[in-house]
Amino acid sequence: MEHHSVLRVVSKLLIPPIILYALYVQWHGDYGPGGGFQAGVLFAVAFILYALVFGIDSMMKVLPPRTAHIFAGAGVLIYAGTGIVTMLLGDAFLGYNALAHDPVHAQEWGILAVEFGVGVSVAAVMIALFVAFARHNPPLKDEDW
Amino acid sequence: MLAMIEANLPALQVVLPLIAAPLCAMLGTGRRAWAFATLVSFVAFAIAISLFIATMGGTIISYEMGGWAPPIGIEYRVDTLNAFVLVIVSGMAALVLPYARRIVDYEIPAERQVLFYTAFLLCLTGLLGVTITGDAFNVFVFLEISSLSTYALIASGAWRNKRALTASYNYLIMGTIGATFFVIGIGMLYMITGTLNMADLGEKIAAHGDSRTLRTGFVFILIGIGLKLAMFPLHLWLPNAYTFAPSAVTAFVAATATKVAVYVLLRFMFTIFGFDYAFQAATLENVVLPLAIVAMFAASLVAIFQDDLKRMLAYSSIAQIGYILLGLAFLTHTGLTASIVHLFNHAVTKGALFMVAGCFIYATGSSSITSLRGIGRDMPWTTAAFVISGFSLIGLPLTVGFISKWYLVQAAIELGWWPVALLIMGSSLLAIVYIWRVVEQAYLQPAPEGAVRREAPLSMLVPTWILVGLSVWFGVSATMTVGAASRAATSLISSSQIMWQ
Repeated sequence: MEHHSVLRVVSKLLIPPIILYALYVQWHGDYGPGGGFQAGVLFAVAFILYALVFGIDSMMKVLPPRTAHIFAGAGVLIYAGTGIVTMLLGDAFLGYNALAHDPVHAQEWGILAVEFGVGVSVAAVMIALFVAFARHNPPLKDEDW
Repeated sequence: MLAMIEANLPALQVVLPLIAAPLCAMLGTGRRAWAFATLVSFVAFAIAISLFIATMGGTIISYEMGGWAPPIGIEYRVDTLNAFVLVIVSGMAALVLPYARRIVDYEIPAERQVLFYTAFLLCLTGLLGVTITGDAFNVFVFLEISSLSTYALIASGAWRNKRALTASYNYLIMGTIGATFFVIGIGMLYMITGTLNMADLGEKIAAHGDSRTLRTGFVFILIGIGLKLAMFPLHLWLPNAYTFAPSAVTAFVAATATKVAVYVLLRFMFTIFGFDYAFQAATLENVVLPLAIVAMFAASLVAIFQDDLKRMLAYSSIAQIGYILLGLAFLTHTGLTASIVHLFNHAVTKGALFMVAGCFIYATGSSSITSLRGIGRDMPWTTAAFVISGFSLIGLPLTVGFISKWYLVQAAIELGWWPVALLIMGSSLLAIVYIWRVVEQAYLQPAPEGAVRREAPLSMLVPTWILVGLSVWFGVSATMTVGAASRAATSLISSSQIMWQ
């Protein structure tokens, strides 16, 4: 990709706004369309674009597959952990009402925490899937079947 | 703290393995992941036991997820029936995981073991979730969690035999079609009633009365679950999936996955559609009953001609599912009791048999029946476990298999269906043939020259023998299992005594 200066410059310009937009979608989900899943996908797109233009190896220097796997698990833990916290506060699993003094704020905070977990998980899984396909194990030989 | 745990037991039953799965993925080494997963399965089993004891008297535990009351919110609803299934599923996990350490070391490369145990915990989460939830759509979600992780688990047999990949892909296609049919059926029910809560669905459907949409929904759900539970002739994914999966996975999935699907079928048929829904009764008698009988014979016949031990046992599983569906199709209390008790009995028997198959693979490196020549002298304990579990599969007295067949035959005689009772006994004769083939190879054939086969390690033998012990124990004194099954059948029937039309 060394000689594609247009591609390199344009993608360098695009990647920061993509990440910014992902964060906007993530935190704006309670006022408008958006939420964890969409934000996670957008966030992953920034990394995938970088890998497409600058090569998968340089992307993996930033985010090794092992780190992606840990983030994928961490997202689930944030989601379920919110539920555990509400349980410890005396409400049901994911009963957000226990999180704040009044139910309106409590529901909002609960949703934000849970959606953050979704966003982290989705972004990490998307990147890990891309890496898994792009690095591709050697194909099976005929005699292996 | 204790009060908190007690109040949230139904949620913890599912949440515990769910949280454990990502933690397990971060543990780094296979040994640590194994120890952690085993510990989690023990705790899950303890929770299931306490739920079982709490619901024994007929109380129904209802838990509101997120504090949203049913029918709007998701409800976890534990009664005698699903507490019984929860005990089966978590108990099998608690036995298979200690067994898994050595055989997984043997079958799966070290760097993949962490992900293997993670997938195992996710599968457990899904199966427990399907069983405990009182929400029809939630069933679909958990069914997908358990199925997706099962596809991955089966595919991980590829290090032993590459054909695990096609087997897993085959199951993926069939399983996805099943799940799609199931969700279409739920969509139809939602169209009629506007609710997804099972208890609420039951009431609204009874008030709505019969209609073409309801019938279509019923058929979609029946076929969807039929694919998941390998109802003959929708069983084509099963033999390869069981044969090529890693041994620990086969033992766990064979003992639990199809049982949970049967539970879903029972729940939909009797809690949601109602015990006295005429269209359902006609379908059961004219479609499911003949298919169940054909499965008992066809699958047993095919099992006789298999060269591979795991494949033979897989076909025998299809036949056993025929027995379970047969009990259901009688539409009587005794028939239902037989079905439910056979869920437990078959889980114990087949779990033990597949564990024995795993021990043979560990010792000989192959699961073909001819490689077992003379193995009774080299591996006396493993082979003896096979013989006793085999007796149970045939249905000889003093084993759990006998209890199931006894109640099945009794249910057939109550209805005056003598030919069916005779067919049940006839199909047991076929089981004698395929079990005898293995016994003959193991005890009566000389061992091949220079074969070195050592008895399986204790960590594999002990779980196997616990299952064998259970199958004898509950075969001698069946009061506990039959009592639980009978109460579960009563609660299923009484929950749906609604007058139709």
